Amino acid sequence: MTAVTAESLALAKGDENVTYNMTVVRQFTLATAFWGVAAFLVGVVIALQLAFPILNLDLPWTTFGRLRPLHTSAAIFAFGGNALLATSLYVVQRTCRAPLWGGPSLASFLFWGYQVFIVLAGTGYLMGVTQSKEYAEPEWYVDLWLTLVWVIYLLIFVGTLMRRKEPHIYVANWFYLAFILTVAMLHVVNNLTVPVSWTGVKSYILWSGVQDALTQWWYGHNAVGFFLTAGFLGIMYYFVPKRAERPVYSYRLSIIHFWSLIFLYIWAGPHHLHYTALPDWAQSLGMMFSVMLWMPSWGGMINGLMTLSGAWDKLRTDPVLRFLVAAVGFYGMSTFEGPVMSIKPVNALSHYTDWTIGHVHSGALGWVAFISFGALYFLVPKLWGRRELFSLKLVSYHFWIATIGIVLYITAMWISGIMQGLMWRAYNDLGFLQYSFVETVEAMHPYYVIRALGGILFLVGALLMIYNIYRTIRGDYADDRVALFETNAPVDSGQVPPATA
Amino acid sequence: MAKKFSHALFEKNVILLALATLVTVSIGGLVEIVPLYTIKSTIEPVKGVRPYSPLELAGRAIYIREGCYNCHSQMIRPFRDEVERYGPYSLAAESIYDHPFQWGSKRTGPDLARVGGKYSNAWHVQHLIDPRSVEPGSVMPAYGFLLRRKLEMRNIARHLEVNRTVGVPYTPDMIAAAYADMVAQADPEGDHDHDGLLKRYPKAMVADFDSKPGDLTEMDALVAYLQILGRMVDFKKYTVRDLQQ
Repeated sequence: MTAVTAESLALAKGDENVTYNMTVVRQFTLATAFWGVAAFLVGVVIALQLAFPILNLDLPWTTFGRLRPLHTSAAIFAFGGNALLATSLYVVQRTCRAPLWGGPSLASFLFWGYQVFIVLAGTGYLMGVTQSKEYAEPEWYVDLWLTLVWVIYLLIFVGTLMRRKEPHIYVANWFYLAFILTVAMLHVVNNLTVPVSWTGVKSYILWSGVQDALTQWWYGHNAVGFFLTAGFLGIMYYFVPKRAERPVYSYRLSIIHFWSLIFLYIWAGPHHLHYTALPDWAQSLGMMFSVMLWMPSWGGMINGLMTLSGAWDKLRTDPVLRFLVAAVGFYGMSTFEGPVMSIKPVNALSHYTDWTIGHVHSGALGWVAFISFGALYFLVPKLWGRRELFSLKLVSYHFWIATIGIVLYITAMWISGIMQGLMWRAYNDLGFLQYSFVETVEAMHPYYVIRALGGILFLVGALLMIYNIYRTIRGDYADDRVALFETNAPVDSGQVPPATA
Repeated sequence: MAKKFSHALFEKNVILLALATLVTVSIGGLVEIVPLYTIKSTIEPVKGVRPYSPLELAGRAIYIREGCYNCHSQMIRPFRDEVERYGPYSLAAESIYDHPFQWGSKRTGPDLARVGGKYSNAWHVQHLIDPRSVEPGSVMPAYGFLLRRKLEMRNIARHLEVNRTVGVPYTPDMIAAAYADMVAQADPEGDHDHDGLLKRYPKAMVADFDSKPGDLTEMDALVAYLQILGRMVDFKKYTVRDLQQ
């Protein structure tokens, strides 16, 4: 019997005898929506600062240098982290048919402990408390606190897996487990610092120079690989089949996908350091594994997309599924672009430019945020016992507004990035560099405006989601499904999935 | 024939799944990072790289605090255009005392690995107060507040000590003189042991960076740091052949 059928059987049998802890899942779900808007808002602000530098306001705590880590951490750890916690704690309970290990108080500690981590990190950035390692900016005291919270998370997750009533551990949980374990390893090694004093915030990291650089990007790239990929693949492996009401396409492919992805990803860090003072052998190794990584990435994408076999028509009628599937599409796109950019001659052009920023956002907005939106729209009616969302029409508007936003964002960054890379290396007829640095900055302006516009659209879409979630929780229904999605189909029936499971 | 392997083994045992996962994700990091400590040729043997002077170290802490690394790299790649624009390509040896490294990942502004000595102190101060007054196309935030803030680094000796703990060769002599050296570097007219400072930290720039005599500000520290960047190694003494491993 495969894990897939075990899971579907579990659902068929019903869960009457298990009292799940859905309170903590509800908390994390709301936190995801809240921090999502916060992260997008700060993103819009810093995008506008690059287009109109006067918006830095000449105040210490509102400069781009301090707000940029606030944006990246809010997006990755506050929005993405809460989405992973919400979905993983939901999925692990449902697929194990077991309540959370450790009981409600430990789960509650996990929730509030994680929010405290976010607030400590964020307020620190505004006050200039940072150790300057990208995506690992929080100083030693925040790192220690997160380590404690993370160990609790691991205990709850593994404890719940151990008390499962299903013989097999469902595939989504493999990915969540790998995410929790690997992030723990990366976090600890990359943050080994010696504080200047126990009452002060500043510390000095154990590693220096070239070793520190590779340790940082071993961490940084696998923050992408395990936080933003493996964890979110856990979401894909549960929510895509559930929403499409089809089993995962291939069980064998999920096994190959899992092991090859987690083995290969960890090697790819050096591609952030091409042509630097990192030894060539390490750069080449990083490039080789980055290119190989294309295969498991697309294997996973195929497994996700083909799950829709026989249910493709639902994309037309169900905007929630559309979010989930478009996310997998964006995943495929950015995991193709990534290996291309890791090839050294391409990287020679793309590195240090906006192309990287565009690439990150096709992953962060297209993959991470879209699959989170899909999961939120799936979860909210179930968690609050509603038949369906307040309005599927609003979900559809959200989808299209956000998609246009992403398209504006990434195309603007492709153009500005490639253009700046080419301008830096342009020579005139006399053999002199053709452009001064500031000329290449001035050329970016129109694209920075377009990028900010894309970000604003993405934010507007998220605000529609907040409204939709709010009305759903209140128990309202907009009754707009038929008008929008069906012109010649029979009214209602079959449109609304049953309220349970 | 041996019993056929079944993946169910991992699917039915959490501990086994967790251990196998940990082993799988550990290999890449070990193979790539450990040799950087064991292979000698990782860091080129060049002369001149020294620990930061106390004022430079304080300036570096401000550089980190303000998130300068978000927009400025300190890593010149070995390309014709970069070497012409910024200077000789960066060597691993030049950041051995950087805890953490400041190579950066984005050039919204130019690379700063060799900005030291390229502009006057007055230019740096004016540029930090109002970037667009000297570079109309710049999108950099203004940092005028650095000029108004006193440098609060009474425990600078402790900073040197911690750096020593993580491997930077500060001597007891340097640690003892840390505070005095920090004040001395920004006060060229004052009665300080400037000779001792320059002996401990060759090529350190001694100047009243912010042109506010007797006032040690964060601006002094940051400009002192910017002015040492890339100046430690004398590249006239080395050819590409010398640096080949």
